[in-house]
Amino acid sequence: MVIDQDAMRHLSEAQVSVELATEDMTLNIGPQHPSTHGVLRLVARVDGERAYDVKPVIGYMHRGYEKLSEVRTYPQITALINRIDWVSGYANEVPFIVAAEKLMELEVPQRAQYIRLILTEMARISSHLVFMASYPLELGAATPLFFALRERERVLDLLEGVTGGRFHPNFNRIGGVKPNAGAGPTTRKTPQDLPAGFLNDTRDAMDKVLEVCDEIEDLVAGNEIILARTKGIGILPPEVAAAYGVSGPNLRASGVAFDLRKVENYLPYEDFDFSVVTGENGDCWDRWWVRLEEIRESAKIIQQAIDGMPPSGTLQAKVPKIIKVPAGETYVRAENPKGEMGYYLVSDGGLGPYRLKIRSASFSNISILPWILEGILVPDIIAIMGSLDFVLGDVDR
Amino acid sequence: MIETLTSVFENFWVSLAGKLLLVALMVPLIGMVLGFAEMKLSAKMQARVGPYFAGGRWGWAQLIADGIKFFQKEDIIPEEADAPVFKAAPILVLVGTVALFVVIPFGPGLIFNDLDVGIFYALAISSLSTVGVLMAGWSSANKYSLIGGLRAAGQLIAYELPLVLAVVGTVIMAGTMSMQGIVEAQIAAGYPYVILQFVGFGIFMIAALAELTRIPFDMPIAESELVMGYVTEYSGFRFLFFFLAEFANMFTMSAIAATLFLGGYWLPGVPEDVLEFAGPFILLGKVFLLAFAMIWFRWTFPRFREDQLQSLAWKWLVPLALVNIAVTAILKVVL
Repeated sequence: MVIDQDAMRHLSEAQVSVELATEDMTLNIGPQHPSTHGVLRLVARVDGERAYDVKPVIGYMHRGYEKLSEVRTYPQITALINRIDWVSGYANEVPFIVAAEKLMELEVPQRAQYIRLILTEMARISSHLVFMASYPLELGAATPLFFALRERERVLDLLEGVTGGRFHPNFNRIGGVKPNAGAGPTTRKTPQDLPAGFLNDTRDAMDKVLEVCDEIEDLVAGNEIILARTKGIGILPPEVAAAYGVSGPNLRASGVAFDLRKVENYLPYEDFDFSVVTGENGDCWDRWWVRLEEIRESAKIIQQAIDGMPPSGTLQAKVPKIIKVPAGETYVRAENPKGEMGYYLVSDGGLGPYRLKIRSASFSNISILPWILEGILVPDIIAIMGSLDFVLGDVDR
Repeated sequence: MIETLTSVFENFWVSLAGKLLLVALMVPLIGMVLGFAEMKLSAKMQARVGPYFAGGRWGWAQLIADGIKFFQKEDIIPEEADAPVFKAAPILVLVGTVALFVVIPFGPGLIFNDLDVGIFYALAISSLSTVGVLMAGWSSANKYSLIGGLRAAGQLIAYELPLVLAVVGTVIMAGTMSMQGIVEAQIAAGYPYVILQFVGFGIFMIAALAELTRIPFDMPIAESELVMGYVTEYSGFRFLFFFLAEFANMFTMSAIAATLFLGGYWLPGVPEDVLEFAGPFILLGKVFLLAFAMIWFRWTFPRFREDQLQSLAWKWLVPLALVNIAVTAILKVVL
């Protein structure tokens, strides 16, 4: 039998043309969307359930804190900067205050430093507990939210007892901490120390936090669906993470044991015994697990700090009534709950900074989004975005 | 007097109107009871109080208040929406649910219509609501709605199969497709079919959860991904229709499962004449037991991903259901 080649070719072409032409859809995720942690906007090209060219659009929450700092005095600025990452407001204040103290060459009393350290770690615990609460919710499980937030309230109550604020403590002063630390009426002449019973309450609360960590681990890590949704999803190799400037738990989940608490000396972390938790694969699951372990480590640090707390005494170094920072420039970075937070402070000797550059963790962390969200499924966008644990105030400043 | 009354009720149209009225009252009532149960149970599981003030005690009137609120809301139809389809979708979803009540036996002789192909009818009608969901997703002129509607369609195709196959085992054992007949076969056998058909029961419940688009299979709604899926653009009483349909559907699916696998209105050891009036309550008890399990799952599990759902259906449930059918058929012939 003779086969007509031309006819065959015609036939094969006909088969090709039967395929329907499909069109990609542009999907706007945010700025008003339940899972974008505020007002992040993602513009994605979607082919069915698969997303390509995901572009984050930021700036919806820009409040101009860097510029505002230039027209504020140093003591006023702490009230601004603890609104950058509002989930861990206290931790934002510390590196800025340390930068100013560094330029003024102040010696901060040891007890004030310990109080700062305890409160910073509390901010870390409360920030990570918010992550523990919101991440399962993004995967569809609503119940862990309530357990995690209940424990966070315990921590916030303690924070409030000392500073008077749950979210925005504005507690640090140049040279120390607020002189009348603690609740109750007080005068300038009789500075009050920590509230009565604070140390014991904190120790109990940390025991409770360690307990609830086990509970959350049971509830979340024991769930096959969570494992299926997070293991092997959104893998972030260490070299890519480093190239994009990803820091904090996200970097450590990729297996890089880099923790500024071990590297820098902005607070007396060298007095304490704690380990830097690292993940293995750098996937969503590791990012979740690293944060859970960090809560445990932070609770241990706080318990050690309570045991080794210096006896009561002054909480404030000697500073002039009107604070002027000598001309000069410095950069202080700190390990914040979300990652590396740094302040580049330039002073011309005036009442406020000449220029303040804020390096916030979330901004660098979400710069990875276009890389990590390429060609994945729409549900995984939410799973990966949630696992990076960013706060929009920290992105836009 | 009595004779005239009986003759009035025997009139086809009067009895039809009576039955329709009963169903029309049942759907909102069941929706409210289950909705309230869900609110209170989820509150218990999450260390909350739940509704508390409405009605004065335990917030029992919360859903009545919610219903009134929904009717007061503006009925918004997006400008770009395909208005007729948009309006018809919630009605279709609710009709699909209401029509399921027809074949549920509440007691010996207490059934709206004992069709010979009752279970076949039930499974066919239950997929009608998915057409409504697809219509809602398509007509909303919203990309999230569209994705939600398409997910619902994919989910239906994947889970209709295990749902039907899971039932086949029961039908083989009972030798009839009539719902009433299946219950009578279980009474005659003296045990509920779940004892032998536990595989079928498990598959049926998983597939039913997927049909109901409840967590862990709620991808068509998926609040954290698709805002509210196919109901994103709905408001007011049209939203209420979806809400009612969800809970009424939960009831009917549980009732079908209870009838097929748990003996329906029958309980071992209850004499025949007591069943006459105790039947509906026995069935309700079983239904609420299953509904409780569904609520429990919802507040415990996260949701699957779309592709994981598909592989669960095609790689596990369908083969398992086929094996179940084969084993049941062989045993039926051999024994």
